[in-house]
Amino acid sequence: MMKSVLKAGLIAWLMSVAMVTHGAIETYQFDSPEQEERFRQLGFELRCPKCQNQAIGDSDAEISGDLRAEVYRLIKEGATDEEIKEFMVARYGRYVLYSPPLDRQTLILWFGPAGLLVIGGIVVALRIRRSKQALERGESNA
Amino acid sequence: MSRIAVWLPLAVFAVLVGFFFKGLTLDPREQPSALIGQPVPEFQLTDLNTGQPLSREQLPQQPFLLNVWASWCITCQVEHPYLTQLSQRMPVVGLNYKDTETAARNWLQKLGDPYAVQIFDPTGRLGLDLGVAGAPETFLVDGRGVIQARIQGEVNQRVFERQIQPLLETVQ
Repeated sequence: MMKSVLKAGLIAWLMSVAMVTHGAIETYQFDSPEQEERFRQLGFELRCPKCQNQAIGDSDAEISGDLRAEVYRLIKEGATDEEIKEFMVARYGRYVLYSPPLDRQTLILWFGPAGLLVIGGIVVALRIRRSKQALERGESNA
Repeated sequence: MSRIAVWLPLAVFAVLVGFFFKGLTLDPREQPSALIGQPVPEFQLTDLNTGQPLSREQLPQQPFLLNVWASWCITCQVEHPYLTQLSQRMPVVGLNYKDTETAARNWLQKLGDPYAVQIFDPTGRLGLDLGVAGAPETFLVDGRGVIQARIQGEVNQRVFERQIQPLLETVQ
């Protein structure tokens, strides 16, 4: 009997803790739906510097919360998306961008896979042609 | 042609092995700092111990370590004895990051205070400008106030000898 009371108490406590953490979800007030949409979008595009693969809009890490607050502050101050991204890159490096800009350093990232596909295609085409030629030679020889 | 075709898979394999081998020694949590070669950002904060205003100009004019720590950070406790030892060799400036004044002071009282200056940054403002992702992080700043290196995580003898000492010889 005592045990079950304790158990019930524990469950109730755990639930209340869960409620509290849930209640800690931050609320930001925006001037317009556009601002809110930009905030949401930047939350997807900026990467949490502490976590390996989460966007700041999707991460519970302390630093992600700080960066969201920073994005919010910058949006309210009238910064453009580009300015906000530059702000983040200046502090956290390119790593924070989920979609890296196209330049010499990222060339292989952008075109590497397509390049490999093209090379593979050429190799296959050459081989098919060669075996076809060999086949034709074989036939004409016969 | 056929000779190349025979060796090609092996060559591709060798290149892959090269990449994977390199990957074994890479730590994905270790990211290059965007602030290497940049001056320490400007700040207007207070000294944790005295409560007096503190800015960039009051930092040491010789090479020093800028150690980002907090009382809630376990690894900071781990590296504390080594930093204390290092403070005999060069100034160690503390950046108390997202902490409370009482907790930070208690921590220093308990474990000792090897810091030359203690910047109190309760909101993490300077931490953010430094690109800090979490405590502990340690920056090597040269005599001109330019950041030369960033270490994420614990500073110990091995890290010091590999990542800080070689640079120290060039900046001094």
